Amino acid sequence: MTAAAGQDLRIVTSRFEVEDGHTMAGYERTGGYAGLRRALEMAPAEVHGEVRAASLLGRGGAGFPAGVKWGFCPPGVWPRYLVVNGDESEPGTYKDRLLMERDPHQLIEGCLIACYALGLSQCFLYVRGEMAHAQERLASALNEAYEAGYVGRNVLGADDFSVDITLHWGAGAYIVGEETALIESLEGSRGMPRLKPPYFPASIGLYGKPTIVNNVETLANLPWIVSNGGAAFAAMGAETSTGTRVFAVSGHVVSPGVFEVPFGTTTFRDIIFDPRYAGGLHPGRNLKTFIPGGASAPWFFEEHLDIPLEKATVDKAGSMLGSGAIVVMDNTTDVVKACHNVVRFFARESCGKCTPCREGTSWLEKILSRILAGQGRPQDLDLLMDVCDNISPGIHWPPRQTTICPLGPSAVSPIASALERFRGEFEAYLPGTAVSVSTKSEVAS
Amino acid sequence: MARLSPANLMVAHEIIGRYPVPRSALIPLLHLAQEQDGYVAEDSMAHIAELVGVTPAEVMGTCSFYEMLKRAPVGDYMVNICHGISCHLLGASELIHHAESILGVKSGRTTEDGKITLEAVECIAACTEAPCLQVNYRYRNRVTAEDFDQLVGELRAGSAGVAPHGNLAKVRQHVSEDRWAGVSPPDGQGEPPWMTRNPSDDGVGS
Repeated sequence: MTAAAGQDLRIVTSRFEVEDGHTMAGYERTGGYAGLRRALEMAPAEVHGEVRAASLLGRGGAGFPAGVKWGFCPPGVWPRYLVVNGDESEPGTYKDRLLMERDPHQLIEGCLIACYALGLSQCFLYVRGEMAHAQERLASALNEAYEAGYVGRNVLGADDFSVDITLHWGAGAYIVGEETALIESLEGSRGMPRLKPPYFPASIGLYGKPTIVNNVETLANLPWIVSNGGAAFAAMGAETSTGTRVFAVSGHVVSPGVFEVPFGTTTFRDIIFDPRYAGGLHPGRNLKTFIPGGASAPWFFEEHLDIPLEKATVDKAGSMLGSGAIVVMDNTTDVVKACHNVVRFFARESCGKCTPCREGTSWLEKILSRILAGQGRPQDLDLLMDVCDNISPGIHWPPRQTTICPLGPSAVSPIASALERFRGEFEAYLPGTAVSVSTKSEVAS
Repeated sequence: MARLSPANLMVAHEIIGRYPVPRSALIPLLHLAQEQDGYVAEDSMAHIAELVGVTPAEVMGTCSFYEMLKRAPVGDYMVNICHGISCHLLGASELIHHAESILGVKSGRTTEDGKITLEAVECIAACTEAPCLQVNYRYRNRVTAEDFDQLVGELRAGSAGVAPHGNLAKVRQHVSEDRWAGVSPPDGQGEPPWMTRNPSDDGVGS
């Protein structure tokens, strides 16, 4: 398994090659829990200030600044909760599982720092159900951390700071990665997103109380930020995308892998072609397209390779960095099949709460299946776009929503991208109009 | 089949005690029931309903939403082949076809000997290791047809080192009484004491 590298500074993956980095002994030996000790010497508001100064963008998908999200807790309303989103399941995304398996104490330390900074009285660590190994690594690490006095009653002997971390796990549902669905699931319900507003659970979340929902990688950055200062973090990467970020590069590349790189300065060309990273395409192949940020993201092409992995630039170019998932497709790819694959995912994972998504995604999947089976109708390509337009009016980027959450509009991205660029490949699957007519007349005669 | 055993009931109470509202323990308790019986039996749903104070219908409502929770017996081993986009690009469809022909069942079905249930599943977060699969939620990476045949042989011989379906993490969270800070109901809590700290205080930290 590849994980890592280059000569760049690594923050969250620094212990990936440390044999016992997942144990208390390995973690403490490599500087672990120094960030928590430092935080406890500061006032909670100062810790929050460092995270603001770091301009740490959320690493889950939306890329919202964590320090700003933290500020949405209404003053004077208690208790406040922390929910860790470890439900990584966006196709192409592979980083949070590694962070939980290989450096569970780093995540725990990040949770404790967040709880201290914001006055969060309990933390729920929601791990995807299918990740049995991550669950047991976190359980072991939590058991160790409780016994060593880092978690639970009187953290590090402080008589005024006590916080519990409850390990929780899901049972298989992509939609639970949406933060309000995650909260529903954590309350023991079906994982369906809640109606907005309120837009942020920071105002009304778990049990109706202010709740911060942060991604695993986001929280894993906190020990470093507190130890080294928010300014040092902000000095890394680009001005608007600071620090480092973990990307998984998969698909048709020589060395698929998970790489932590400076955020905002590395380009797609670097991470896909540089031998330090994914090492380029196989000999004799050409780039057809690539998904820059998980299955929900519109596709990119050759002309986008020199765009930096920087949030604002990628947004402006018409897609998103999303969950740090780059999926590369070379010229051997059947784009109609690839498009169907992604759309089928959203059709299967729609929770069924909103009509445009529930009906629309499965319509899209059925139309694409029919086209692939050679039974497409001449009007099917326009019909696909029409259904897309009903799910997400205007087919804009960022998408407009007729639904509570972005799952439905996400199914529009691959179709809009692939149809615009490779319409001919879709048409090639359609029985020729003339052929259809003559077949019909033969049948009739 | 069964309500939770006395030993599992103790585990269940410990789990419930970690949440401010008992209902939050529902999914972990459903996993516990599945660990006990290999699937979630109707009697265990009724038992869980009693434990967290909801109706059996509400437990069924939650249970039926999540793919991992099986309400009928499945094979000893769930073999879940990923067909997410990254695995699709590197031969997932071919691997699934191969699996179906070797096992003699379509995905979603269990082999006649009751050993193996085959499923094609969505992305399982091992995209750089495509094509991948999980056996009872334990990974096998970059799986070839030969690897698959070998795996099936090991599963049938019981030598794959994988616990029967229902078993997830081998380690449970367990906190001794004196280390647990204590969970309070969501209502009636005030500002946590450390929030009034200011930087000039000393004697805090380690």
